[in-house]
Amino acid sequence: MDIALIIRSELFLITLTFLLFGVFSWIQKKSGIALLNPMIFTIASLIGFLKLTGISYGEYYESGRMIEFWLKPAIVALALPLYNELKHIRSQFIPLLVAELTGCVVGIVSVVLIASWLGASEEVIRSLAPKSVSTPIAIEISRQIGGIPALTSAIVVIVGMIGAVVGLKMMSWGNVKAPVSKSLSMGTAAHVIGTSRISEYGERYGAYATLGLIINGILTAFLAGPITDLILGFK
Amino acid sequence: MAKQFGIIFACLLAGELIAMIPGVSIPGSIIGMLVLTVLLERKVVKPDSIAPLCRFLIKNMAFFFVPPGVALMLYFDIIAAEWIPITVATVVSIFLVIVVTGRLHQFMHRRIKRNSK
Repeated sequence: MDIALIIRSELFLITLTFLLFGVFSWIQKKSGIALLNPMIFTIASLIGFLKLTGISYGEYYESGRMIEFWLKPAIVALALPLYNELKHIRSQFIPLLVAELTGCVVGIVSVVLIASWLGASEEVIRSLAPKSVSTPIAIEISRQIGGIPALTSAIVVIVGMIGAVVGLKMMSWGNVKAPVSKSLSMGTAAHVIGTSRISEYGERYGAYATLGLIINGILTAFLAGPITDLILGFK
Repeated sequence: MAKQFGIIFACLLAGELIAMIPGVSIPGSIIGMLVLTVLLERKVVKPDSIAPLCRFLIKNMAFFFVPPGVALMLYFDIIAAEWIPITVATVVSIFLVIVVTGRLHQFMHRRIKRNSK
C-alpha cells in the first residue's frame, strides 16, 4: 500500500474535508465560543496538511470542486428567506432599500478608495470591493470583476469576524439604537457571521439581518464592478 | 427530492444563461436567486415545495466554501506584501457601513412610525 498515493486520492481528500469540518463544528458547539469558526479552522488545517505533504492546490481541487459546486445552488436557495421576509415588510420597503443602497455604495467606495490611497495593487482592490457580502456571493462577484476569489473569501471571513466582535460597539459609537436598524446594518456590513451574532437576541433581529445581507448581496453584485472601474479610472 | 433539485438547478441554469448575455456583469447565481424569488412571488413555485432543500443548502453554505478558501495558500505572498492597506481599508469601511446604514434606516424608520401615529 502506498500511503502517498492514498492521501492524494480524491476520496481521501474529500473525506478529510468532511471530517475536519465535523470535528471543528463539534468543538465550536461544545465550547460555545463563536470565534472558533469551523470554516476558518478547516481551511487553515487543510492548508497546513497540503503544505506538509507537498500536495498542490490543483490536486486538492480535484475533490474540492465537488464541494464548491454546491455554492451556486446555495445562493439560489437564498430566494426562500428573501421571499419570506419581503412578505412581512412591504410597508417598510422604501426606507430599507434606501438604507441598503446607501450602505452598499459607502462600503464599496470607502474600501476601494482607502485601499488605493494606501497603495494596494489593482488585483487586491478588486478583491476587496465585495467584502461586505456573504462569501459565496462575494467570490462570484470577485471573479466577475477581476479580483482574486480566494483572497476575497479570506477578507470576507475577517470582515464577518470583526463585525460580530466589535459591530455592536461600533453601533453605540455611531448612535444606532433601534433594534431593527442595528440588525439591518449588521447584516449589511458583516453578512452571515454578523447575522448569526445578532440573531442571538431573537428571531426578529435575525430576520432583519438576513434581509440586510441578501439585499446588499444583490446590490453589490450590480454595483461593485462599475463603482470599482469608475474609481480606478477605467472605461 | 428530484423536484426540489430540479427547481433550484433550473433557476440556476436560467441565471447562468442570462449572465452569458454580453453586457450582463452579475453572477449567474444571483440572477438565479432573483428568478426563484419572482417565481415564489408569482406563486409559480410553492415555498413548501423547495423549503427542505433550501434550508439544507443555506445551513451548509460555510462548508461549501472550504475549497475556495483553501485556494488562499496560493496568495500568501500578496497578503504578506499588502496587509496594511487590506486591514485599514476593511476596518474603516465596516465602521462606515454599520453607522451609515444603521443611522439612515433608524432616521427613516422613526419618521414613518411617527407619521403613521
